Amino acid sequence: MSHLLEVKGLHASYGPTNVLNGLDFSLEKGGVTTILGANGAGKTTTLRAISGMVTRSGEIKLEETDIGAMATADITRQGIAHVPEGRGTFVRMSTEDNLNLGAYSRNDKAGIAEDIERVYSYFPILKQRRTQQAGTLSGGEAQMLAVGRALMLRPRLLLLDEPSFGLAPLIVQELFAILKRINVEEGVSMLLVEQNAALALEMADHAYLLETGNIVISGTSQSILENETVRRSYLGY
Amino acid sequence: MDLFLQQILTGIANGAIYACLALAVVMIYQAIDHFNFAQGEMAMFSTYICWSLIAAGVPYWAAFFITIIVSFLGGLAIERIIIKPLHHAPVLSHIVVFIGLIAIFNSTAGAIWDHTIKTFPSPFPSGSFGGLIGLHEVGMFFVTLILLLAIFSFFKFTRVGMAMQAAAANPVSAELVGIRVAWMLALGWGLAAAIGAVAGMMIAPIVFLDPNMMLGILLYGFAAAIVGGISSPGGAVAGGFLVGIIENLAGTYIPAIGSELKLTVALVLIVTVLLFKPNGLFGKTIVTRV
Repeated sequence: MSHLLEVKGLHASYGPTNVLNGLDFSLEKGGVTTILGANGAGKTTTLRAISGMVTRSGEIKLEETDIGAMATADITRQGIAHVPEGRGTFVRMSTEDNLNLGAYSRNDKAGIAEDIERVYSYFPILKQRRTQQAGTLSGGEAQMLAVGRALMLRPRLLLLDEPSFGLAPLIVQELFAILKRINVEEGVSMLLVEQNAALALEMADHAYLLETGNIVISGTSQSILENETVRRSYLGY
Repeated sequence: MDLFLQQILTGIANGAIYACLALAVVMIYQAIDHFNFAQGEMAMFSTYICWSLIAAGVPYWAAFFITIIVSFLGGLAIERIIIKPLHHAPVLSHIVVFIGLIAIFNSTAGAIWDHTIKTFPSPFPSGSFGGLIGLHEVGMFFVTLILLLAIFSFFKFTRVGMAMQAAAANPVSAELVGIRVAWMLALGWGLAAAIGAVAGMMIAPIVFLDPNMMLGILLYGFAAAIVGGISSPGGAVAGGFLVGIIENLAGTYIPAIGSELKLTVALVLIVTVLLFKPNGLFGKTIVTRV
């Protein structure tokens, strides 16, 4: 498999505070990669750095394109869809308007209508809620809408920031099953950030472990699962 | 009875102007969370541009549309050059800049066109509609109505309109779906300036043209925005008509108010609404789950 995203020497900071101290990692095309780590390790910041939402330096290449200096909206247009922490739906707009906005950078009307139906087929509950204000959706529905809106971009890469956050276990299972389907059926590559390490490793084929802004361990999910330190610190057995 | 009907109709016609200004104020408020105190002076300046064009021999409607375009570009430029660098600045910086803009537009207009009061032509025939209301007022009402409908369809049915709403409501998420938020804000300023220009050109034949012409009118516009609810563009428009009608009726039927104290009505409305219904009559309480 060839690399979809290649990151070299990625630094990121909020004001004077450095959060990432030179990360090197790559994502494989069609794969699911996860970033594990404790609170404050820099997981969310890594996603934000890829999307250009924080001050960053270093090389970020999406296949042949260098996106390291691009603005967020332009990175999105390169095909990176970011499902942010806290979902970030447009709460005063309807579910369907949210999905339409997800396709803002596209011009193919027929394709957009088709993709809305496709999102509804993954998440039938959203079809029932199509005219409802997004702010009135339940946590699970809102997360589905956030993922659905990201899919409307027809992304090459989906960045997922704690999709399980605040959701009931059954909903989490359902959501991850659908994410896996999207990965397999549509070949959308994913970079997943999760607090729930067991869940993330089950879904992903590769993993990186982040500690205070540095990658300390990397490898296939299987090898990470078998790693003594990871198991003790992050899986708890 | 005729007097009553007359006052209502005049109130609706004036209210249309207040509605325009309130809409312009609300649009900018939603994007940057501040009242643009210079909205009235920007409209006044636009009206002078139109006056100059007409004085230079340009036909009325051509001058009208050229002014709208120039105002749109002017609003765009103000956002890009003056407001954008203030993006993370505290509230007071914004207020100082707005006051600065008021002073700049007011004195520049005075310097270019001097302070004497000028008449401004109406594109509508003189005379009245059934002896109740001047034809200019009728025309002014329909022009603003068309403008308001156009603005609402723009926000409701076009991609860019939706994107502007998204950028104002949630800039981070808007960027993440590929909306260039900074340009949407500039576009909002351009539109607000254009709407203000229409209001200025329509009201000028009634209040006459001078650098301070919009002072009182903007106050009614603010009252309209607050009465209707600063979070609701539709409410701001309804508030405009309401303020127009209340102001006229109070001026006619409450002898103590008369025409001299009419402006006080706007202030009383602002204070009353803020005291008893701070979200305005039509302001939505936003429903969110946490």
